[in-house]
Amino acid sequence: MSQNVVVIGGGPAGIEASRKLRDLGYTPILIEKEPVLGGHLARWDRLFPDGVDASTFLDPMIADLDGIKYFTDTEVASINRLKDTWVVKLSNGLSAQVRAILLTTGFDLFKAEKKEEYGYGIYERVITNADLEAWFKSGAAPQFDDVKVIGFVHCVGSRDEKAGNRQCSKVCCVTAVKQACEIKEKFPDATVYCFYMDLRMFGRKYEDLYLKAQKEYGIRFVRGRVSEVSEDLDGHLFVKAEDTLFGKPMKLKADLLVLMSGMTPAASTQQLARMVNIQTGDDGFFLPKSLIVSPFTSSREGIFFAGAATGPKTLPETLSEASAAALAIDHYLKTLQR
Amino acid sequence: MIDFGYGLTPSSTLKIEDVRLPAFGELLRREPDAAKCIACGSCAASCSAGVFTEMNLRRVILSLQRGREKETLPLLRHCMLCGKCQLVCPRGVNTRHLILSIGKVYQLEEDKR
Ligand code: SF4
Ligand code: SF4
Repeated sequence: MSQNVVVIGGGPAGIEASRKLRDLGYTPILIEKEPVLGGHLARWDRLFPDGVDASTFLDPMIADLDGIKYFTDTEVASINRLKDTWVVKLSNGLSAQVRAILLTTGFDLFKAEKKEEYGYGIYERVITNADLEAWFKSGAAPQFDDVKVIGFVHCVGSRDEKAGNRQCSKVCCVTAVKQACEIKEKFPDATVYCFYMDLRMFGRKYEDLYLKAQKEYGIRFVRGRVSEVSEDLDGHLFVKAEDTLFGKPMKLKADLLVLMSGMTPAASTQQLARMVNIQTGDDGFFLPKSLIVSPFTSSREGIFFAGAATGPKTLPETLSEASAAALAIDHYLKTLQR
Repeated sequence: MIDFGYGLTPSSTLKIEDVRLPAFGELLRREPDAAKCIACGSCAASCSAGVFTEMNLRRVILSLQRGREKETLPLLRHCMLCGKCQLVCPRGVNTRHLILSIGKVYQLEEDKR
């Protein structure tokens, strides 16, 4: 009988690692708290930088779960060390005794209503990046038809000590540029603005997308963090920022504002960290042994990580980390047998 | 560019290597938060005085670090210490206190001369 490995979190990292572990001859037990697998990716429409459909990646992954025991709507009730094994009890009453656990708990999107000055949940025309993806994915008619000016607000709940998140979420800059182009396709007459502090176009083809956004889509970029948003009697928005390149405060009257909510540690992070007695950083994400050579190894025997559980990551980074973590687990378990 | 001394107008280039910042050092000792500013402009965007005057805290903090305080320090006079900038600063800088400290530190510098 093949050895079990528990994988906690059924987003892309957990699914990919489970498939790799299965291919290496193990029986992964994949646990997901939501009713469906796929994590945030399941709710996302298209992916940067090329705009491919997210489901073209996710669907084949989910169709290929033979040999993986997975449980949705299931949470971890407890984890205890028993000699050289881990005993994992699940909320569905089952339990497993394993030598290796992979934590792929990912991230939670920052709750934009916490930045009260942006008015999410107060003003109708303020939405988030996730709301926009959900709308794109639904293919429904737009909620507002008089959309002439659209703003994107970068760094919502990221790089913000007051919101308790100092880190850069890494993917929202390029996501904003992608979404700005997409929304321009939906409202061709609209003028679209991106309010940024720095544009972090670090990945391959991201800079090209940024150029295309300016040249082909006419997206306008303003360097300045949005300080506050207010509403007029008709429900239209006033957005305040400083144009820091020009050095003057500015005001924009907008019909729709999209907040780029960042990545925060998943709610379960602290709880799991306590259960297996591992550390989190002061940013609240799991802390691996080394951020350079083994970002998927924890400080405790048999506990591994993959994906955004150790900090904001892109999808390709998450997938390759999932493979690397599966190999590291295989190596670890083989070393134990010697 | 080498300055041969024949120019009709002095170079306006920022000679950053020549900038000596004893006053800014003193400011940092009193107000370590001054080093946390990421020049996002939220303070300037929400500034009540900035709507009518050239007051711009982001620019003041930067110019202090570039040795150009003469150009921007007078702007602080427009500040009414309303504290709106403090509400929006993502770095949690105590901007009101910083403005008061800038006033103190740079005033002291003036007196020494
Ligand atoms: S990726 Fe861009 S928008 Fe996202 S937190 Fe970093 S700088 Fe801000
Ligand atoms: S709001 Fe804070 S971080 Fe932003 S420019 Fe002003 S002082 Fe600096």
